[in-house]
Amino acid sequence: MPKDGGIGASSKRREDVRFLTGAGNYTDDINIHGQAHVFFLRSDIAHGTITSVDTSAAEAMPGVVKVFTGADFEGVGSIPCGWQVTDRHGDPMQEPAHPVLAQGKVRHVGEPIAAVVAETLAEARDAAEAISVDIAELPAVVNMKDALKDGATKVHDDLTSNLCYDWGFVEENKDAVNKAFDEAAHVTSLELVNNRLVANPMEPRVAVGEYARGTDEHTLYTTSQNPHVIRLLMGAFVLGIPEHKLRVVAPDVGGGFGTKIFHYQEEAFCTFAAKACNRPVKWTSSRSEAFISDAHGRDHVTKIELALDADNNFTAIRTETHANMGAYLSTFAPSVPTWLHGTLMAGNYKTPLIYVNVKAVFTNTVPVDAYRGAGRPEATFQLERVVDKAARELGVDPIALRRQNFITEFPYATPVAVEYDTGDYHATMDKLEEMGDFAGFAARRAESEKNGKLRGLGVNCYIEACGIAPSNLVGQLGARAGLYESATVRVNATGGLVVMTGSHSHGQGHETSFAQVVAEMIGIDESMIEIVHGDTSKVPMGMGTYGSRSIAVGGSAMVRATEKIINKAKKIASHLLEASETDIELKDGAFSVAGTDKSVAWGDVTLAAYVPHNYPLEDIEPGLEETAFYDPSNFTYPSGAYACEVEVDPDTGKVSIERFAAADDFGNIINPMIVTGQVHGGLAQGIGQALLENCAYDENGQLLSASYMDYAMPRADDLPMFSVDHSCQTPCTHNPLGVKGCGEAGAIGSPPAVVNAVVDALQSAGKDVTHVDMPLSPDRVWAAMNG
Amino acid sequence: MYNFEFAKPSSVADAVAALGEEDAQALGGGQTLIPTLKQRLASPTKLVSLKGISEMQGVCTGDDGALCIGGATCHATVAAEAGAYPALASTAAHIGDPAVRNRGTIGGSLANNDPSACYPAAALASGATIVTNSREIAADDYFQGMFTTALDEGEIITEVRFPVPEKANYQKFVQPASRFALVGVYVAKFADGVRVAITGASNDGVFRWAEAEAALSANFSADAIDGLSLSGDDMISDLHGTDAYRAHLCAVMTKRAVAAAA
Amino acid sequence: MAQVTMTVNGKAASGEIEGRTLLSSFLRDQLKLTGTHVGCDTSQCGACVVHVDGVAVKSCTMLAAEADGADVATIEGQANADGSLNVIQQAFQDHHGLQCGFCTPGMVMSAAALLKDNPKPSESDVREYLEGNICRCTGYHNIVKAIMAASGQDVGAIAAE
Repeated sequence: MPKDGGIGASSKRREDVRFLTGAGNYTDDINIHGQAHVFFLRSDIAHGTITSVDTSAAEAMPGVVKVFTGADFEGVGSIPCGWQVTDRHGDPMQEPAHPVLAQGKVRHVGEPIAAVVAETLAEARDAAEAISVDIAELPAVVNMKDALKDGATKVHDDLTSNLCYDWGFVEENKDAVNKAFDEAAHVTSLELVNNRLVANPMEPRVAVGEYARGTDEHTLYTTSQNPHVIRLLMGAFVLGIPEHKLRVVAPDVGGGFGTKIFHYQEEAFCTFAAKACNRPVKWTSSRSEAFISDAHGRDHVTKIELALDADNNFTAIRTETHANMGAYLSTFAPSVPTWLHGTLMAGNYKTPLIYVNVKAVFTNTVPVDAYRGAGRPEATFQLERVVDKAARELGVDPIALRRQNFITEFPYATPVAVEYDTGDYHATMDKLEEMGDFAGFAARRAESEKNGKLRGLGVNCYIEACGIAPSNLVGQLGARAGLYESATVRVNATGGLVVMTGSHSHGQGHETSFAQVVAEMIGIDESMIEIVHGDTSKVPMGMGTYGSRSIAVGGSAMVRATEKIINKAKKIASHLLEASETDIELKDGAFSVAGTDKSVAWGDVTLAAYVPHNYPLEDIEPGLEETAFYDPSNFTYPSGAYACEVEVDPDTGKVSIERFAAADDFGNIINPMIVTGQVHGGLAQGIGQALLENCAYDENGQLLSASYMDYAMPRADDLPMFSVDHSCQTPCTHNPLGVKGCGEAGAIGSPPAVVNAVVDALQSAGKDVTHVDMPLSPDRVWAAMNG
Repeated sequence: MYNFEFAKPSSVADAVAALGEEDAQALGGGQTLIPTLKQRLASPTKLVSLKGISEMQGVCTGDDGALCIGGATCHATVAAEAGAYPALASTAAHIGDPAVRNRGTIGGSLANNDPSACYPAAALASGATIVTNSREIAADDYFQGMFTTALDEGEIITEVRFPVPEKANYQKFVQPASRFALVGVYVAKFADGVRVAITGASNDGVFRWAEAEAALSANFSADAIDGLSLSGDDMISDLHGTDAYRAHLCAVMTKRAVAAAA
Repeated sequence: MAQVTMTVNGKAASGEIEGRTLLSSFLRDQLKLTGTHVGCDTSQCGACVVHVDGVAVKSCTMLAAEADGADVATIEGQANADGSLNVIQQAFQDHHGLQCGFCTPGMVMSAAALLKDNPKPSESDVREYLEGNICRCTGYHNIVKAIMAASGQDVGAIAAE
């Protein structure tokens, strides 16, 4: 039976009403009296030396307030990178400076060279066209392998090469891994590309800077997944503004998917310019601008090898990956191909030996950073593709090969540093076989063939590490921040609560699901609880929302703070009830004395906390407000099994998704409706990566897919109805809610299922096709069939 | 966008006069022109909307049985009202998306002659007549290459006359991002022969496939295309398909159009 | 600058515009109806869909001047007279047809236009009709379901939850 409110209920989302009536408050909806607009003049050249920038004509144009160039930012800090990776030799990665406006050189198409602040956006753009920029063009570095050749043009002249780092993991295992390959009964190898993507939240980025001269206080309104992180990075490292003089607000944010984690130049610019111009300064990205200024995702080129013994047990995995960093290091970029990727290479399997090598490379392209899944989709894709290929080479059932190698005992320490606390991979596979009606596949294939189509079934598993992350661990791995979360619970006199959380909701529905948790804990109606997020002046601290961490980390902080509230409220209740504190029970919003009919309502206790006429002042302070910080002891490990059925039109190569089933284990679930929706969205993005989306550059560093005219976003008619289940639940053992996180699973787990299915379809027609690189667009599939 | 003056005349004559000004440009539905202006790829001093000219609106049947469509008629109206020529109605019903179809006009599409647009294929395969404020132009003379037409500066498409074929069909294989035609093939069978026009494929814009026309005129069945192929030499090669792939699709879509029409 | 006058959500509205002022800008910047969103500049995402004289259009690809004298409906005018959600809006909430909410106004306006012409659309009708509305959050599953539910069809069998 569906539950009426609280944990496990599919409560309708309270935030929907404002979004459905046009009453949302997105950053571009904010207009401050006196505001000016900025237009960035961006490089249309991928690589070159700036020989001159003449702004004199622009300065004389109508409406122009001020024109900025790189020279205005000399002495201002560099856009910082939040993660330092140490390479195989113990040396730190190469870390170039990242100016707010280009200094001396341009290094990717889209890099801002100058900025015009004017009365209107149109005037700013008109004036930007009057800026005269001379750039001596240099050869563009685009292909990663070419970038590492001796004598290659360097993206950054002050670095020794285009190699950011050469990372080996686990370096000490390397020889043992090589030996296992020498001794293997069978080795399957596969070279593949994890295609570069553009995150494309539907709301383009916006920043509004404001400065109060009287108090020397700065405010930045921005489209961010983590306003406190922006406050820290921009304040401490770029502009030198202490936290108490800098407020960052991320109001309603129209999707993030990772690309709104990072601190961007435009945020620093608007904050800086608001003071320099002494008026609010607003930047609204166009979609065209977003394609060349939002951090991109993925872009790995990998060779993976899987060693098996004579009984088809996996004995070792060896990978070599080139990971594109783009022209500069975005906030979390170095961590994605390393700690968010190498640590997941065990997948769901008890492979004893693993060695992962990653070469991160600078190129003259937009910076690359985390995009939904971030490293984990790359790990899952290569592993699940190579396992599928191995099964086909060995002539064994792909599901049976997976099952044979499943990890079945928990906790399980992988050879790649992480320890899975719980999971049941057979259970999700069992569920998947049922949902996917595999027994009926042969009949469906026959039906497709009757209609001239090929039909394929692809299956895969996935594991992810979410709930990012234990601060002591990530600190050792190079993170320059802690990754805890905070929550403050403020109870008002009349019993209503305000939860101020450092997690940020930009589509995830926290305002609803977080309230469900507190309602359950206290036994009051969800409507009595307000969730506040996204404003550093309201929420004391926060690390934000990414890596499927909100409920696991932010939710845990909220639980801890609520527990403190309950404990204090029990003390007050024990006084009011004249009973021992240890005898006080909280149930359904009332405190009672165990074994008696004496009770006092929640509201009476909260009132007493603020109207302490009859109150144990000698024991406890008045008021009812508590803060908790929660730092997890481990990652969480959601897992699952996915199945995709495709039809391929052999005449055109067009692939259509006919069925898609997802069986996930997310541990405990707060709001099943929201969780299902998160999986749907992840699946669409994963299927988009597999079939449609391709961020492509030409050899000169020009972006070929620079708008929705060429970057194929999944649309309603590209996708089927999904079959989604999350009834397999092995709760997380180390957080108070037993939750694992669900935001990225769909995007992590779905690409290999699609590609496995297409390969299955093509092989069913006798085609000798073992792999097709994503996206599996019609022309590529047709070429593979007719290769 | 650069700024411009806006004018919305109510007659063809007034529109022609307004377009006589230097750097004035006609505005149909604006579904291509406005995005182009946003990119600042054009800088007209004046946009002359043709939407207010009632004589350029609507669908009717001429004395000769041809379907006559006002130049400012939007795709949605053609889809709804061109029942006398179902293949054309169906083509219009699949241009762009519903909101685009409520603004975009047939005259605008033909004047722009995007190499991946649908209407040029329909007009060329149907042997339509492009009627302007000053003359009538046969479709065979009208399309002169990618984004190039026989229209003179300031000339307005007031009407398009489509002879109604015995059988016709348009098959569009969409480019997955833009949803324009990666290759679109329009086949029209008339009493005196078959016309096949292909959009999306060629660097020269919409074109007729003479070899297929000859084969289909002799035998109007999909089998007639077997063994026929187009060279990919002058075809578009881009992120979404090579020239060879497009050439292949031309034959596949032609067969499908014939099968659907027959 | 020119004067433009139109009816927006049943009320007269007017303002001074440039030739290049888009309808979306006029609604957002001058009338402060910020529910209409702009998500792209190539007329594809559909976040800006409004109704002009009863039909769906992309307000970012229509000049405000072209709407002079027109009857315009936006997301702000869709709720019932008593302020409660209308049938389509309610179905979107009931079936979790939105997440970040940015594409939602355009989705609701497109859905309204669809149901006006096709009161009982099939799943494929809905998917095809939404070709010009991009959502990055939901995978469309629940949007399609919501629109079918809003048309009075039983969607219980479509999928769990």
